[in-house]
Amino acid sequence: MVAVGYTAEAMLPGDRSARARALTVVLAGFLLVAMAVSLAVGAAGTSLWGALGALLRGEALSTTDQVVLWHIRAPRTVMGVAVGASLAVSGALMQGLFRNPLADPGIVGVGAGAGLGAITAIVLGSFLPVALHDALGYYVVPMAAFLGGWASTLLLYRVATRRGRTSVAMMLLAGIALGALAGAVSGILVYIATDAQLRDLTFWGLGSLAGATWSKVATGLPIMLPALIAAPFLARGLNGLALGEAPAFHLGIHVQRVKNAAILSVAAATGAAVAMSGGIGFVGIVVPHLLRLASGTDHRHLLVNSALLGAALLLFADVISRSIIAPSELPIGIVTAVLGAPVFLWILFRQRGVLDL
Amino acid sequence: MTLSARALTVHLGTARILHGVDFDARSGAVTCIVGPNGSGKTTLLRALTGEVGYGGTVRLGGLDIARAAPWALAERRGVLPQATALAFPFNVLEVVRLGLPDPDDAGLARSALARVGLRGYEARFYQELSGGEKQRVQLARVLAQVREPAGPDGPRWLFLDEPVSALDIAHQIQVMRIARDFADQGGGVVAVMHDLNLTAMFADAVCVLSAGAALAHGGPVEVMTDAVLSRAYGCHLRVGRAPPPGVPFVLPHLAAEAAE
Repeated sequence: MVAVGYTAEAMLPGDRSARARALTVVLAGFLLVAMAVSLAVGAAGTSLWGALGALLRGEALSTTDQVVLWHIRAPRTVMGVAVGASLAVSGALMQGLFRNPLADPGIVGVGAGAGLGAITAIVLGSFLPVALHDALGYYVVPMAAFLGGWASTLLLYRVATRRGRTSVAMMLLAGIALGALAGAVSGILVYIATDAQLRDLTFWGLGSLAGATWSKVATGLPIMLPALIAAPFLARGLNGLALGEAPAFHLGIHVQRVKNAAILSVAAATGAAVAMSGGIGFVGIVVPHLLRLASGTDHRHLLVNSALLGAALLLFADVISRSIIAPSELPIGIVTAVLGAPVFLWILFRQRGVLDL
Repeated sequence: MTLSARALTVHLGTARILHGVDFDARSGAVTCIVGPNGSGKTTLLRALTGEVGYGGTVRLGGLDIARAAPWALAERRGVLPQATALAFPFNVLEVVRLGLPDPDDAGLARSALARVGLRGYEARFYQELSGGEKQRVQLARVLAQVREPAGPDGPRWLFLDEPVSALDIAHQIQVMRIARDFADQGGGVVAVMHDLNLTAMFADAVCVLSAGAALAHGGPVEVMTDAVLSRAYGCHLRVGRAPPPGVPFVLPHLAAEAAE
């Protein structure tokens, strides 16, 4: 076979990677806009632009403005970026791993498992050996959420996958069972929780970026970041897995390693996101799906673009959640559900043929 | 360079699918594996490619298949499965690129598509193709993966599991010619085949499997005889000679069946 040389500029028919790369640039710009809006909007009348102008003129900010911008809006924006990127990337990873566009940590019970981990840590954390509890410190809740997410992803994969093929029905049914079990155990834990713990639980369970602090960001990020950084390295493996496990092996992919890394990454990203912000649904399924429609399935681009779009969309949802009934706040989980659930139904509608199998 | 398997035994669950099979193939030749349904053809191919665990040894040149890393194997050989369902809407160019170590080497993907007669199909969605077109796209992916029949460090190998079962007769011949050319240019080809006549036309060596054991192994003229094939398939078969090079052809012998 003689390989024919092509210049990089020539558009090849069927080559969607140039479009995907252009999309990366557009989405990065979109994310910057979202971050600016998130910093600029809030219940306090502080104006980001006024503050920036003051800084440029060399004037000092008022204490209120400093607190609002640096201690309230900035950590909230960073947390929105981290959580949005984590949810979207874990959705894309899970869909690649399960070879199914309907797999999403929120839908198939991984979020519920992570939530159970977080609740267990909040309620029973004080029963941990003192040394361990002190060593983990603020990381108790996110670590427990990570472990809960990991156990449920592993269990789900074992139940739903046989000889390298994942059954959609098994995956969804196992997800329902996992969700129900996690809900029941969480219910029991709520009964034995103290009043202070109940307050923590309620606040956390609403699914919200409210209450973002730098220390909260600092406990979640070290768990999320390795997963987000690892994700692009799994791209070639996930592309190969789209053919099935055996063909992926024949392409030179160490299938078991890719699967293990993907499961760990999903658990870490979902677990830390759930621990930080409670259950925020639909980001993980809607974002990768829209991107697949726009520029194809190649995971080399899909994972990066998912992180950018997920972060930007979550920031906008958060802006809506805190401005629509200002000065009070709508939990962001409600906003993402209102926006995401209809899109999910539309995806289901288009995927009817797949589900009938 | 040769592919050689010794005393291959494969268990799937509690069932013993292969017992003590010896198998040889050399580069520069097309070696076909034939046998009735359930005789272990596909399992033999899976063992030879390292896809299933086995007892015994398989060596591809200097490479011990059981110990080799997936990427070391992938450099030496490509494997075409019987049928491939894709999880996501990839287009044809993207499917072929899946095989490439450098996915941006679109020229290689395009020449592989031209090789299987699918030039101009690049932007079509894989899911929307016919069964035969899908099979040829997968063949293009495998051809792109191995790049060339003979590399600087030795021959490349193609392992094909029923490569023509979904194809019409013209495309069957097209695909078998691709395999033939690959071997003629120094590569190795091992194919599981159902069609005995195509096998006789294109194979340099034939391995007849029956009930998990190798019944015969050799050139098509020596191996494809009334006795061997009838015994392997459990029905009366008569082998004739097509003119002029004397390629065997196989017909069912219904009269002998009726006489029993």
